[in-house]
Amino acid sequence: MSDTVNKNASSMPSVAPTPEQVTEPSAGAVIRRRVFGHYGIVIGGTILLLIFAMAIFAPYLTNFDPILDQDLGNKMVPPIWHDSPKVNPDHPLGTDLQGRDYLTRLVHGAQISLLIGFAAMLISGVIGTALGVAAGYFGGRVDMVVNYLITVRLSMPVILVALAVVSLVGSSLWIVIWVLGLLIWDRFAVVMRSTTLQVRNLDYVAAAQAAGCSVPRIIMTEIMPNIANHLIVVATLEMAHAILLEAALSFLGLGVQPPAPSWGLMISEGKGMMFFDPWLVGIPGAALFALILAINLLGDGIRDVTAPENRN
Amino acid sequence: MLKFALRRLGVAVLVALTVSLLTFSMIYLSGDPAMALAGETATQQDIENIRRVYGFDQPIIVQYLSWLGNAVQGDLGRSHYLKTDVSEVIFTRLPNTMILGACAISFALLLAIPLGVVAAMRPNSLIDRMALGIAVVGQALPSFWFALILIFFLGITYRLLPITGTDSWMNFIMPSIALGYYVTPGVMRLTRAGMLEVLGSDYIRTAKAKGLRPLTVLFKHALRNAIIPVVSLAAVQFGFMLGGSIVIETIFAINGLGFLAWESIQRADLPMMQAIVLVLSIIYIIITFLADMMNAWLDPRIRVT
Repeated sequence: MSDTVNKNASSMPSVAPTPEQVTEPSAGAVIRRRVFGHYGIVIGGTILLLIFAMAIFAPYLTNFDPILDQDLGNKMVPPIWHDSPKVNPDHPLGTDLQGRDYLTRLVHGAQISLLIGFAAMLISGVIGTALGVAAGYFGGRVDMVVNYLITVRLSMPVILVALAVVSLVGSSLWIVIWVLGLLIWDRFAVVMRSTTLQVRNLDYVAAAQAAGCSVPRIIMTEIMPNIANHLIVVATLEMAHAILLEAALSFLGLGVQPPAPSWGLMISEGKGMMFFDPWLVGIPGAALFALILAINLLGDGIRDVTAPENRN
Repeated sequence: MLKFALRRLGVAVLVALTVSLLTFSMIYLSGDPAMALAGETATQQDIENIRRVYGFDQPIIVQYLSWLGNAVQGDLGRSHYLKTDVSEVIFTRLPNTMILGACAISFALLLAIPLGVVAAMRPNSLIDRMALGIAVVGQALPSFWFALILIFFLGITYRLLPITGTDSWMNFIMPSIALGYYVTPGVMRLTRAGMLEVLGSDYIRTAKAKGLRPLTVLFKHALRNAIIPVVSLAAVQFGFMLGGSIVIETIFAINGLGFLAWESIQRADLPMMQAIVLVLSIIYIIITFLADMMNAWLDPRIRVT
């Protein structure tokens, strides 16, 4: 969608190259300049790296355990920027209703969100890409069947089906991951199908076919590298989608179960006290917002940077 | 046009049948449905009785066909919890969800289309950048968190709007915003991209050259063509909203299908759950079918391919 802008922007300096421009910098330097010159990639990447580091080093960042260290005498301590006598420097973000350190729960919650987002994205990516590439490459009957599967999948409301299935099968981290992974492959399939369709009629695919390459080889070495940028963009979008869905499921009480520190669950637990202690809802919500924003900015940035029409 | 419509209708019916099969098979997800229904204290005799009464002892294909036959006639079974006809409950709850969905999509379109048009008129201007910024932020806001923020500020701190229930039209304002804002980025980007493409085309230049008023060119000539993909997107998103309303209805205690679904999950009321999934899926299939028909009518090129 924003490609249209890029086309306009890139078509402007269509002057003949001057001698200085002919001796171009190396390909690596060009890519580096484009990546690090893109606000979305820099900001999104930085936030994502921070949250990632937070998740990996979660056990070493604070002196508490996210689940076991309950202290009912010290519950709902407000964050340090609040002007209250209860403020305790040991708990920079305060404590929750069971007196557990909020910062500890927040950094451990990052693990859950990232794990679910990544794993569900991988599952749906494998399913969706296989279906989409097959539909785009073979066309005909295969395409009809895949289109039909996509339509069926889109007709069923994701959150409702996920809730129903989780309530019937039981809810655990891995069940949530599999249910989401098996539900959100539709965008992978749609995008991979249309991009494969564009690529498969190009000359280099015809050349590979004429040279007698096998179908798997053509798909792996000719098609996939040329649709990989679209794949990465959809992957970031779907990772964000999965994280949001997990948070919504946990918020409704049917995702990750207490006492696990899922951000959605933390919002749900703080909801009852929201009118007196709004930070209980504000902090995990802001973390969720920052994570989704970072992933989306990164995805948009990758799309801008890898779009062929921007290579000037 | 008739051939196109019939083929599209055939696909819709096939999809609806597949959805019904998937919905039906939900009973077998938890293992033995008779055992689940009987509860933990049931004897073997109780389980056998339940199996016979509910027909679980028959072949699955027979069970599915009789369930489907009843569903087609409007009989979606009896609620395990409420002990009433499922379809009756669903049709008393459906209007609230439809009202909420209609308000939410109207809010989204009324906000997104003008923003998209203005952004396309002045690409890379301050307004364009601001609109894109709103889109990026909007897509990252979790809807249930945004709903809580709205409640906190508009409902509690400033006491402008009621928080729960469906007593007046005021009750629908916050839920509509919370449900609809998520769609605005997509609609805005699509309107903007469509307008940018159309505004650069020859017939717009001709219309301008003829000396038509700029507003006439913008709305009658440009927007009308740019809006075609937006119609499909809006239909699809309206369908998604009906399904996604479970979160918003639960937060604002709106007596619609989403809230009913959440209640039914808590009560392990499987026939109700199945019926809600089926009804919402069928509504989605009908809406997208109508949108495709409308598009084919608006744009004759679609009919031919």
